[in-house]
Amino acid sequence: MSLLAVEALSKSFGGVHAVQDLSFEIEQGKIHSIIGPNGAGKTTVFNLLTGLYKPSTGRVVFDGEEVTGRDAHELARRGMSRTFQNLQICFNMSAVENVMVGAHLRLDQRLLGCMLRLPAVKRGDTRCRDEAVELMHFAGVGKYAGAEAHAMPYGALKRLEIARALAARPRLLLLDEPAAGLNPTETHEIDELIQKVAASGTTVVLVEHDMRLVMGISDHILVLDYGRKLAEGSAREVRANPEVIAAYLGTLSESQER
Amino acid sequence: MLITAAVIALLPLALPNNYYYDVAIRIGMNAAMVVGLNLLIGYAGQISLGHAGFVGLGGYASAILTSRYGWPPVAAMLLAMACVGAIAFLVARPILRLRGHYLAMATLGLGIIIYMVLVNESSLTGGNDGMQVPPFTLFGATLANERAWYWATGAVLLVAIWVANNIVDSPLGRALRALHGSEVAAQVAGVDTTRYKVRVFVVSAVFASVVGSMMAHYVGFITPQVSGFFHSIELVTMVVVGGMASTYGAVVGAAILTMLPQVLSRFEGYEMIAFGAILMLTMIFLPRGLLPTIAARWRRS
Repeated sequence: MSLLAVEALSKSFGGVHAVQDLSFEIEQGKIHSIIGPNGAGKTTVFNLLTGLYKPSTGRVVFDGEEVTGRDAHELARRGMSRTFQNLQICFNMSAVENVMVGAHLRLDQRLLGCMLRLPAVKRGDTRCRDEAVELMHFAGVGKYAGAEAHAMPYGALKRLEIARALAARPRLLLLDEPAAGLNPTETHEIDELIQKVAASGTTVVLVEHDMRLVMGISDHILVLDYGRKLAEGSAREVRANPEVIAAYLGTLSESQER
Repeated sequence: MLITAAVIALLPLALPNNYYYDVAIRIGMNAAMVVGLNLLIGYAGQISLGHAGFVGLGGYASAILTSRYGWPPVAAMLLAMACVGAIAFLVARPILRLRGHYLAMATLGLGIIIYMVLVNESSLTGGNDGMQVPPFTLFGATLANERAWYWATGAVLLVAIWVANNIVDSPLGRALRALHGSEVAAQVAGVDTTRYKVRVFVVSAVFASVVGSMMAHYVGFITPQVSGFFHSIELVTMVVVGGMASTYGAVVGAAILTMLPQVLSRFEGYEMIAFGAILMLTMIFLPRGLLPTIAARWRRS
């Protein structure tokens, strides 16, 4: 059974159809990519899936249960986690605290316990901090474990977000352009990181413009254009699809010439 | 924390007479309140321009229960805390869905409503003339003089700081700071942001209620002015001047702005102008507030 099923999903913003009649499935344990030219609706799809936008029509079924229109924090509770294309780091906190926020749902958050710093809360927090540091090492930003978030460079912040998303121990991890703005070495490292995450059993959905990264690691690719599904399949199938070449890879080769 | 305790313990050596004790007590009370308000404004990033309303509610609940119904002051204070917490909870849910200017306006309205109720329910509150409040007694002992009040206030302030620090460095506090830093990041991490805003709003309202009760008993008299708009602004100013998201900054802010009117009293009538000027200058030159700015300078050098 698929982990996530999207049926006839649509979202319009005042007459602009950002996503139209989109259906697809995400299979457990695989790496999926959503690609498409700028403005194709990829990030809108992410926002719809994670509950930041409410769909105009259509259904989202996560793990056999309909979750259409649920709030983001509720979807997080069910095992969804994500990163953002334009970073959403809490710059008023330290790096490790940012990661700890990701583990929020697994911690004792009761008011009285927190106010009086009961031993259980304290223990949970200490363990959480250790795990967060470990995750930062896993994500390749271990050397910033003692840093404030605002003192970190861009590439490290991208990985800090991945560490934060992983701290929730998600079943479905959605990465919105994890390689954007990174140099080739860093991109390669992100590539390895994603594969490590997938190997640990987390299902990954990737929105990404870096074609080498996408084609290299994706089990399944969904191509969007103007908010509609243009094609889907394996990397080879998608590359061979004439419509995809016309709509998307054409613009890619232009950008490569630059 | 230890430093604060030491300051509270040693300060009496430097206080020559009751007038200074009085100032110290007022500083302590304001500080305890502002430490709570700072959780809402400084850490969670939500504004409240009506917080004096909760001070008034707590103060009047204590005043009415003790003087008109003969309740023991401690019981009255606890019931006041519960009622203020409940009221804050009820209004917080709709109000804290709002952001920025809209939240500011809504909390401003809330403060005005409370003020008007206290003025108009004169059969209970005595209206604009205010009402007498009996002295505070605990286990048969009365807090009779400034010295006794000083120690009581010091203890309450220490508890307030301890609780606030615990909250800040807990999953709850991280959730609050996270929703301040990036609301969507907090949401996708599983933080029910509205619920957490409501929680911190209630906590800070209860802090205000406790201090409201204490002030009523200490002064022995209460008027609706305690819940007035100017008092709300004064509290916000203490948070901003001392330093947002800094518990000790809040204490420093409370100390400065409580002493200021005493120092400025020779400018009679113009204190408010100085007050406004200080707020403006802080925003321009020390946008992070006094203590965080000094701390940052210190670390750099």
